Amino acid sequence: MHVVTFTRSTPDTAARLTVDADGCVSQGDAAMVVNPWDEYSLEESIAQAEDQGGTATAVAIGPEVHEEALRQALAMGANAALRIDDPALAGADSIGWATVAAATVRRLDDVDLVIFGKEAVDVGSDQHQIQTARLLGWPFIGAVSRILELETGAGSMRVERSLEHGKQVLTCRLPAVISVLKDINEPRYPSFMGIRRASRASIPVWSLADLEITLPQALTMEMKLEEPPQRLAEAELLPGTPAEQAAALIARLEKEQVL
Amino acid sequence: MVLELGEERLQAQRMVREFVDREVAPHIAEWDREQRTDPILLPRMGELGILGICLPTRFGGQGYDYLTLGLVCEELERMDTSLRVIMSVHMGLNSLALLQWGNDEQKRRLLKPQALGEQVGAFCLTEPGAGSDVAALRATARRDGDAYVLNGEKMWVSLATRADNFLVVARHDTEAQPAHMGLSAFIVNRDMVGVTTGDIHGKLGIRAGSTGWVAMQDVLVPLRNRLGEEGEGFKIAMSALDNGRYTVASGATGLIRACLEASLRYARERRSFGQPIGQHQLVKQKLAYMQQWYDCARLLWLQAGWLKNRGQRNSRETGLAKWYATDHSVKAALEAVQLHGAYGFSDEFPVERYLRNSKGATIYEGTSEIHQLMQADYALGLRKDRTLRCELPAWDEDFWLGDDVAP
Ligand SMILES: Cc1cc2nc3c(=O)[nH]c(=O)nc-3n(C[C@H](O)[C@H](O)[C@H](O)COP(=O)(O)OP(=O)(O)OC[C@H]3O[C@@H](n4cnc5c(N)ncnc54)[C@H](O)[C@@H]3O)c2cc1C
Repeated sequence: MHVVTFTRSTPDTAARLTVDADGCVSQGDAAMVVNPWDEYSLEESIAQAEDQGGTATAVAIGPEVHEEALRQALAMGANAALRIDDPALAGADSIGWATVAAATVRRLDDVDLVIFGKEAVDVGSDQHQIQTARLLGWPFIGAVSRILELETGAGSMRVERSLEHGKQVLTCRLPAVISVLKDINEPRYPSFMGIRRASRASIPVWSLADLEITLPQALTMEMKLEEPPQRLAEAELLPGTPAEQAAALIARLEKEQVL
Repeated sequence: MVLELGEERLQAQRMVREFVDREVAPHIAEWDREQRTDPILLPRMGELGILGICLPTRFGGQGYDYLTLGLVCEELERMDTSLRVIMSVHMGLNSLALLQWGNDEQKRRLLKPQALGEQVGAFCLTEPGAGSDVAALRATARRDGDAYVLNGEKMWVSLATRADNFLVVARHDTEAQPAHMGLSAFIVNRDMVGVTTGDIHGKLGIRAGSTGWVAMQDVLVPLRNRLGEEGEGFKIAMSALDNGRYTVASGATGLIRACLEASLRYARERRSFGQPIGQHQLVKQKLAYMQQWYDCARLLWLQAGWLKNRGQRNSRETGLAKWYATDHSVKAALEAVQLHGAYGFSDEFPVERYLRNSKGATIYEGTSEIHQLMQADYALGLRKDRTLRCELPAWDEDFWLGDDVAP
């Protein structure tokens, strides 16, 4: 069995991001970390590969900064890592990204399952996941909270999705693309042995020529980035014992018509 | 000295930070208040490889170097001193002594399970009547055929009620002159008949950790559990302290960092006289000192770690790092409490725990006074380190990561 996860490096969530007048985003000296949502997809792909005696491959599309995420994946236990980089990727939109992703999956051996984290935390987008599935012609299931059965022999899987008002169980054929939620697992820490292996691994880089593709015309263009207007908030400490505070709080919430 | 730490070591440090942030931070205030350690903690640290971090893979360790051990200790004590104490006794004082002085059979039998984290090691030197004055210790080891019979009481033993194996220093020769030549070192197992242990309660700090006593009554210890030769007990203890002190130094550095981090947060949030308190010069001064102490302490333990990696004697440098870092961690904690005002005086914030925890390290593994005497004696030329029969091996990548079976 072969599971592929796409991942990327994103600024540490504790980073203070600023946008300057030219729309350049700066994260100060905050570190880049693996996209937090991808910790779950990486864990799931590694665990599934371990369970089934298969291979977990982590792929990043973009410049060298994304090696950080790939090394994290290797340190956690991914069997292989791969980065796609090409000058033509600058300015690519999600369709461009999905074109590369789909071509990569096709080029890799016998991929049964592609797992994404819920979204990329920095750009807050997930449409590239669905676009990738569409370009591959594979089924897509989002918001997966559990893989109930994965039968590569029979070519099918059964998953549970977590929706706002309950759970849904779906069956689909393989190969497929899914995105997973936080409830699906408890991501492991990288192991010391894994860290050593990862920091010594040389990660192959493929270009668009290696994939034998060119990018489609971008359908969307980023026009402008700006800082959201400052929100002013005030805090007030309610006096009294916890019981008095609770009563005062309820009265206030009722007055403000929140309750 | 090479200061570049490299991704591999820093990643290992980050992994430990992630572990303590996720699994210890939510509970530590409660454990400290209730004076208890979570029983899951040691097995978890074993499982993650922390308990074998700098031991060769052939002995079941993770194969990292002594600098990584320091980084791990910094990270552990940034969370709580009790976590770093585990590394001081299990790794610094016990496992590294086995690596340094143990024969091949002992490394296989005793070191390996500790490196794998299946067993935990501790160190028994101090007695009710002898601390700084090691040569005055009274526990005895009477040779009896292929064994020794140990009697005596050890006091202030970290992990007394948790550890499986104790490195015990006892007197095999009560007549020896000078007295320290009559000391030998043994590995005593908790399961041996005649061993009893207990914890001390009501400590000022390290309340989430076990500190206690180990009593030995006619404990039969087989010859193969003697570490080194008869009469080498004092040297073994002192060289073990070179490694224990290194973990204390790097750990106390982490405690200074914890004080600085908490203080920076509070200095930005808390306001007085119309501005964040961090804008007042006298508050800035505290932060500046904490930063200075952190950097100095860190550079000192890095120097010691670098010497260890190279296999160079480092008793002086390690002692200096330990003395400096621990004294300044007390100062940093005092300043952090002061900077937090009344909130620093309450357990709502962690700094009062930092203060209580910091004090012990100026007492154990050589009191600050003993370290001052040693540094002065080195400077005066009154103290010189002689070559030991067994030195701590230099970190050698081929040996540490070699996968051929233990010799
Ligand atoms: C939390 C904690 C954990 C510990 N863990 C361990 C452990 O795991 N294993 C272990 O063996 N021990 C352990 N110890 C014991 C510790 O190592 C001793 O407490 C320490 O060596 C000091 O000995 P003492 O307490 O007997 O003080 P003493 O030696 O009695 O000293 C009392 C005071 O006199 C001063 N003093 C003594 N001699 C001189 C001198 N020549 N010149 C100037 N001043 C002097 C000392 O600095 C100190 O201020 C631990 C202690 C604590 C507090």
